[in-house]
Formats: sequence, C-alpha cells, structure tokens
Amino acid sequence: MSTIAGLTRATLAKDLRLEWRSKDAINSMLFFSLLVVVIFSFSFDPTAEESRRIAGGLVWVAFLFAAVVALNQTWAREVRNQVLDAYRVSPAPPNALFLAKVVGNFIFVSVLQALMTPLFIVFYNLRALGPVYQLPIVAALGTWALVVNGTFFAAMSLRTRSREIMLPLLLFPISIPALLAMVEATGAILTGEFSAKFWIVLLAAYDVVFTIASLFLFGFVLQAE
Amino acid sequence: MKRAFPILAVLTGVLLSYALYEALVGAPTEQTMGDVQRIFYYHVPSALTAFILFFINLFASLIYLVRRNNKADIVALVAAEVGVVFCTVNLVTGSIWARPVWGIWWTWDLRLTLTLVLWLIYVSYLVLRRFSSSGQTPLLAAVLSVFGALDVPLVYFSIWFFRTQHPQPVIGGGGSIDPRMLHVLLINWLAFSCFAALVCWSRYRLEVLQREVDETLALEALLEPRTSQPRTSRTGSDG
Amino acid sequence: MPPAVVVTDLVKQFGRFAALRGVNAEFAPGRLYAILGDNGAGKTTLLRALAGLAPPTRGSVSVLGTTDLRSICGQLGYMAHPSLLYDEMSGMENLRYFARLHDGSNADQRCSDVIRAVKLDPSLTRPVGQYSQGMRQRMSLARALLNDPKILLLDEPFSNVDVRSARGMVSLLTGLRDAGKTIFVVTHQASLLEGAADEFVWMEAGKIVSRTPDLATATETA
Repeated sequence: MSTIAGLTRATLAKDLRLEWRSKDAINSMLFFSLLVVVIFSFSFDPTAEESRRIAGGLVWVAFLFAAVVALNQTWAREVRNQVLDAYRVSPAPPNALFLAKVVGNFIFVSVLQALMTPLFIVFYNLRALGPVYQLPIVAALGTWALVVNGTFFAAMSLRTRSREIMLPLLLFPISIPALLAMVEATGAILTGEFSAKFWIVLLAAYDVVFTIASLFLFGFVLQAE
Repeated sequence: MKRAFPILAVLTGVLLSYALYEALVGAPTEQTMGDVQRIFYYHVPSALTAFILFFINLFASLIYLVRRNNKADIVALVAAEVGVVFCTVNLVTGSIWARPVWGIWWTWDLRLTLTLVLWLIYVSYLVLRRFSSSGQTPLLAAVLSVFGALDVPLVYFSIWFFRTQHPQPVIGGGGSIDPRMLHVLLINWLAFSCFAALVCWSRYRLEVLQREVDETLALEALLEPRTSQPRTSRTGSDG
Repeated sequence: MPPAVVVTDLVKQFGRFAALRGVNAEFAPGRLYAILGDNGAGKTTLLRALAGLAPPTRGSVSVLGTTDLRSICGQLGYMAHPSLLYDEMSGMENLRYFARLHDGSNADQRCSDVIRAVKLDPSLTRPVGQYSQGMRQRMSLARALLNDPKILLLDEPFSNVDVRSARGMVSLLTGLRDAGKTIFVVTHQASLLEGAADEFVWMEAGKIVSRTPDLATATETA
C-alpha cells in the first residue's frame, strides 16, 4: 500500500510541477471560466430573491462546463509521446496513476471554482441565508464526484473516436444524481429554506461508490489497447 | 431450437393481437380519464420490459468482465439496443398520455425521471459501442454498464428526495387498480415480453452471423499472401 | 538454458488487418537479435506483443517462462519510436520519475549512471522536448535501462541518430548483451548491427521468413 501512496504523491507532484511550468492549460482555462460566468450573467438576469433560488443550478452548470474542458486535458501529456505505454510495461499499480490524476484534476477544478465563485457572488448579489460552513463541504464533495468519474471516462475515451465529445457524453448521464444533489444543496444553503443534509449525505455516498468502482476498474481501462 | 423461433413468432402475433383488442376494446373505460387512459397498457409494459432488458445487460456485462465470453458481450449489446427502444416507447407514450390528461408534456416525477436517466445512460452506452475501436468495445462497454448500474439506486434516491422537497404531479396515478384492468395489463406485458424476446433473438442471431463473417474475412486475410503494404503510417498498429 | 522468449503460432489482428500471421520462434537468452523487414512486416507488432502491449489474437507469447507478461514486466525494458518521455521535464527529472514506477531506491545514482551510459549529461536542465532527435532517442533508451531489465525491446533506436552516437549505442548494447541481457532491436539500419548482432531475423508479411547470423545471407534471401 505504501507504494501506491508514494507513487500517487510522486505522480501528483510531477503533474503539478509540469502544470506550473507550462501554465498554458491553466491560463486558458481560467479565462474560459471567466467567460462562462459572464455569459451566464448576461443570459440569466434574475432579481436578488430569485437569484438565490436558481444560483445553485447556475453555478454548478458553469462549473461543469469548466470542469469538462479541464478533464479533457487530463491525459494529454501522457498521450503526446505515448507515455502510457511506459506505465503499462512497468509494474506500477494503475490505481496510483489514477488517484494522482483525480487529485490533480480536483485541485485544478477547485482553482477554477475559486475564481468563478466571487464573480458569481458579485454578478448576482449572492448572500447565503443558510449555514455557510456547509458550502465548502458541498463544493468539495461535488467537485470530487465530477472529477473522479471525469478522469475515468477521459481514460476510456482515449480509446474512442471523437475523444473530446465522448467524455461529456459519458459523464453527464452518470453524474445526474450528483448534479441534482450539488444544485439542491447549494440552493438550500443560499436560500436557507431547507436543510442540505440529505444532499450532502447523498453526495458522499456517490463519491464513495464511484471512487471504489473507478479504482477497481481502472486497471482494465489502462491495459486496454 | 430452430423450430422454436417460428412458434414464438406465431405466439407473439397471437398475443399481441389479443392484447391489442383487450387494450382498445375489452378493458373497461377508466372513469376519470376516459379512453385516453388506454395508452397505459403500452406505457407500463414497455417500461417493465425495458428494465428487465437493462438488467439482462448488466448481468451479461458482469459475465463478460469476469470471463471474457464473447456470447455474453453479444447478449449485452442486444439487450441494450432493444431496451433503449422500449424505453423510448415508454417516454413517448408517457408524454402523449400526460398532455391531454394533466395538461403538461412532461413532469419530473420519480418514474419518468428515472426512466429518462436510464435512457440517457444506455444511449451513451450505445454511442460508446459505436465509437470505440472494435478490439476494446466489449470491455469498455461492460465497464460502462457497471457504472450505470451503480448509478441507478443513487438516481432513485436523489429524485425521490427531490420530489418530497418539490412536489410534482404524478403521471399514471398510484393506488389500486381494477382487477380487470390488471388482467389486461398483464396480457399486454406478456405480449410485449414475447415480442422483445423475438426481436432480441433475431438480433442475436444477426450479430452472431455478422461476427462469423468478420472472423472468416479476417482468417482469409491471414492466409492469403500479402502483396501490398497496407500500413504506411509510422504509428501503424499502435493504439 | 531455457529460452528467454518462446512465440507459438502468434497471430495478431487489428480488425481485418493481420499484423502477425502465425509467428513461431524461440529466442535464447543473452543474445542480441536484429529484427529486420519492410514497413508493415509486423516488426513493431511483434515487439509490442513481447512487451505485453499487444495481447495475441491467437497463439501465445512466453517470456522468461511465463505467458503472464504483467508478472515479469519489471524485467522488461521497452523503447518505441515515440520517446515515452515528458517533453516538459529535463532528462534527469524524467528518469527520476520513471524510476519511481519501478520502485527504485537509490534512484538518483542509478538515473545518472544510466544517462551517462548513453553518453548524455545528467546535469542537463534543458527539457527533453528541446533535445535533438538523437538525444531524445538516447534518453529514451536510458529510460528503458532504468530497471536493469533482463530483456530489452528496442524499436528503431537508431532512427535519426547520427552515425557516431549510433555506433556508441551499438557498443553499449553489445556490452549489455555480454553481461547476459537478451536484446531485440527492430531497425531499418541493419548495417549498424553487423558484427554486433548474434542473429538477423527477417520478417515479411507478418511472418518470420529467415534467421541467420550473417547479414549478407539475410538480405539475400529477402
């Protein structure tokens, strides 16, 4: 087990270092996220009362689009020089690679969210009437839900035509319960009208189920030709 | 085994005709909705059939994952295709029924939403099967099927709770059902199941034959002397 | 001595295209094999099948006594035409990372040793993406040597490498062969291996058509 942890750390460190060095992906993605927020703000312009109610949906749909752009980049570096072949021929456990990629994407998407959230708050005059401390929990669980399946499906779509469209096509249907939970939980916290507890538990259950499933099945996907 | 197919076909024809008659004429008219309610006899059995087929797909996918049995892969493919068709019928009849009776084309009630999500998952399954390179398709599709199955209970609970928070109209109504209507419903379900079995069987045989043709062509390619160089790109056979 | 690699009736098909059409061969350990043939002959596919990257459609591949290639993958070194390296990291950084995949302790020393063995400078901080093609090939070879593998599978290691570096690589390979490694080299530049390879294996249309220790006879029968 210590090999998996060590290798995950090493892979994550390598990915973060490479991202920091090139900065091209993160810069373009940050700008894309900004654009998404602005476009949404033009398209949906509710009053302050209504905005609290629908903000949950708006924010998470915007995050979803930004996340898909980020997720499509997950394996780009590995594909470029067929580095994945080096992994497949090595005795390294595939789970370590997968976990490192998921955590890397999690950090990446969280950075995007950290940029987009203040903008949403500003454009929509948002203020949470419910327990604010729950918001980061919902954000973390929701992001993990998107990212764990997204990284897995990104690997699956490497073996298909039309890679970029395959990822969201596979990800969106499976993510529906998680999306519903994120949107409802955020709405509940912002309006203070009901409790987000059930949704938080559902998100946690979703995360556990799919993290285990992905870890279990990733080996098959990596070894597929 | 070969005799069974025409027998099933005849049986299906008979059952479907009888079921059709019962549904349109024989069953009692519903008191509040009138004759429009008769679409119920198509709406519900198609859903049941679709769910059963999706369950068969899951089962076959698991078998494939464990044993890499090609027949299991074909069963999974067939069950998914026919299941999507019945699922589509269910969704469309639901809309057609809802409009005149409740005045809305759609509602996010539990059954309808669950069916929609299943439909989406399985359509994405079929798209994956079409878009992946042929060697890997069975494996990737089986993995997706497992993911879909794991998703279903989560979808159910999320929509169930959503509805308690935001009550929605329910299509189809709950509560008890007149025993004569139940009888017609079951007849229709039996007819649909036979029809599904018939279509699946045909599709299965078609797929088996198609794969045999591909195998034979591949074997021929193996045996004949190669004169041209089909691969010119450097990366050639790599994935 | 038991053979290092045994290939039995190996068939590899991609859809309708048969890259390998029934290969039968045994390869003894501690030898340097040059695999030659035209484009599309199946050389790369054979190498990938030995590496476990191309599971057989029919037949079997047995390496170091087992057909479960995953179990002995720690003893394989694989090098392909793409570099299998990260363009944005330096050579040393790349190797340090790949050493982790093989769970090497004392990795730094091993990495710099291997880089020096291919006649490159371990302290070079330039990212690999900016290397010349020849340097990249050599660094890729270094990566393949990291885990001190018993079996080396090299696909076109000399392509785009200048003659002097290529000769250096060849003497490195003969040294490794003398130390007991089994080496398979797929190449279009057979002359480079003249006098170094123990056997020249000629492939055509997915089959092995001749095996000879003498390069002249090999090219004659082709």
